[in-house]
Amino acid sequence: MAVAHETTTGIDAAPRQQSAFSRFWQQNGAGYMFLLPWLIGFFGLTLGPMVSSLYLSFTDFDLLTSPDWVGASNYVRMFTADPKFSTSMRVTMFFVIFSVPLKLAFALGVALLLNRGMKGLPLYRALFYLPSLLGASVAIAILWRQIFAGDGLVNKVLALFGIVGPSWISNPNYSLWTLIILSIWQFGSPMIIFLAGLRQIPQDMYEAASLDGASKWRQFWKITLPLLTPVVFFNAIIQTIEAFKSFTPAFIISGGTGNPINSTLFYTLYLYQEAFGFFRMGYASALAWVLLALVAFFTAFSFLTSKYWVHYDD
Amino acid sequence: MSTSIELRQLKKAYGDVEVIHGVDLSIAPGDFTVFVGPSGCGKSTLLRMIAGLEPITGGDLLIDGQRMNEVPAARRGIAMVFQSYALYPHMSVYQNLAFGLETAKMPKAEIATRVQRAAEILKIEPLLKRKPKQLSGGQRQRVAIGRAIVREPKIFLFDEPLSNLDAELRVAMRVEIAKLHNDLGNTMIYVTHDQVEAMTMADKIVVLRAGVIEQSGAPLDLYNNPRNLFVAGFIGSPKMNFLSVSADGDALRAGSHTFSVGRSVSGATTLGVRPEHITVVDGTGIHLADVKVDLVENLGGQTVVYATTTDGQPMTIVLEGQREVAPGTTVPIHVDPSKVHLFNAEGLAIR
Repeated sequence: MAVAHETTTGIDAAPRQQSAFSRFWQQNGAGYMFLLPWLIGFFGLTLGPMVSSLYLSFTDFDLLTSPDWVGASNYVRMFTADPKFSTSMRVTMFFVIFSVPLKLAFALGVALLLNRGMKGLPLYRALFYLPSLLGASVAIAILWRQIFAGDGLVNKVLALFGIVGPSWISNPNYSLWTLIILSIWQFGSPMIIFLAGLRQIPQDMYEAASLDGASKWRQFWKITLPLLTPVVFFNAIIQTIEAFKSFTPAFIISGGTGNPINSTLFYTLYLYQEAFGFFRMGYASALAWVLLALVAFFTAFSFLTSKYWVHYDD
Repeated sequence: MSTSIELRQLKKAYGDVEVIHGVDLSIAPGDFTVFVGPSGCGKSTLLRMIAGLEPITGGDLLIDGQRMNEVPAARRGIAMVFQSYALYPHMSVYQNLAFGLETAKMPKAEIATRVQRAAEILKIEPLLKRKPKQLSGGQRQRVAIGRAIVREPKIFLFDEPLSNLDAELRVAMRVEIAKLHNDLGNTMIYVTHDQVEAMTMADKIVVLRAGVIEQSGAPLDLYNNPRNLFVAGFIGSPKMNFLSVSADGDALRAGSHTFSVGRSVSGATTLGVRPEHITVVDGTGIHLADVKVDLVENLGGQTVVYATTTDGQPMTIVLEGQREVAPGTTVPIHVDPSKVHLFNAEGLAIR
């Protein structure tokens, strides 16, 4: 009996393996076929280039000749012998630290105003969202250059009050601030999310608080803001990543140079110069990976600290 | 100590739509008053107008004789328990209880004393460090009541506070709220759509429909002497039976059956009789009708009979104890004539 049993399983084993795959394909094949366009995109256009850029970051590569393996020397050079790296890092950090909180505060302020149940809300919402759609475009960057130029709109308005303004974009003291203002102006998308978050706070919380005698100011700090922290957290992460990646405005406004005196030399702009100005693809890849590590660090840090200040309902 | 409340021609309109149509009501100090009525009758709106959460369109609201129409909610000496509890989810139970007192800039030691005392009354001391999401429905309800107690208000308002609890807990909390009223002695107004809650808790019931008070008074007064068809049908469970009748001299005619109730029946078009006042088979009093038994529910302590009169009008009968009534049979029903309610064509009671 035992022999017969073994024989039976032995004979069955091979066809069962084959049919396992064909059964899997029958059940899931159509699904994978539908996924195929995305899978091609993900492996061909995202994961593939990422892996190859990681490899290239350890090489010397000028696009024309094949890459030479140089070990960690790109990274060593970055941190020890490249003053432009630290300049661009300083400019980007300054931009992130000022533009993100200011943009979020502005977005929240406008969302609070719109949340007061005013007439024509959908129209205002659309109007305020518009800059978010246009903001990162070349056209807006060109417009911005004209507004803040020496003979631009800002100075024309100031002239009405007898003030002679500088050329904001060509003065290293102000140039980065014009970019920060441009970034704040694109407050639409965090504003929409804040507005949705505000709508989620039950009205009776405010009613209970007003019966308790809490002023609007106290209601904002003690109820609105704490209950909005999940949305603040989300917006802060998204906007921080966006700010680190910011490129177009600085590129257009400074004409791709990061001037005056490297005051608008965003990290991404420096990366671009290295890659497509000097064809140092290996070094540019290393810069890209440092940026990724930096963004990952900020995001992880935010998540780790979130349990101390983000209040989830359940 | 206790506080009186008076509403004089109180009105509320949203734009052109008036939802509270000139309500007059006076609530004595220390009374437990229940606003009851079907959905959309305006009971919650009326409560929120008293609380100061809804602006008053017309008329006067007086608390202890002082006009309060424009006084902000926080200065009316009122605390309110919301249907949703409205606990602040990011604060601990202690912080929830202390919020109003901190807002009033009360010294920390005094806050601690008051919170502790409220927690003792409501038996929530072990929960003080927890967040609302870590509490059961009943515990949240207690915290919500605690938040009202700590402020030591003159008036407590409850807006359907038990409607989110299961049946068993609802009965338990009902008893506790009634006990709280006995202990504290404050004036309280309680809104519910559940007439059993109203009957069991109230010193005074106010029955509302479509923004108008249909009747107000002591629970048994409303039960025994409903002013109109609506109140008669709303108060009491199962609800009162209504038979279409016509007056025929001193007698009443229902279908082909004629009987007398021993008083004037002039103008009567509807006869009302409560299910618990009807007797079957061995009954005494007037012979009201013969009914065909459709369904019998044996609840142990009571037997509920659903039947139809010979001229097709539905009739619910509640009999004490466990009774043998066979579905499909036709039985005579009797009622004590003093328990019969008569209503005219406008739906008003004929006394």
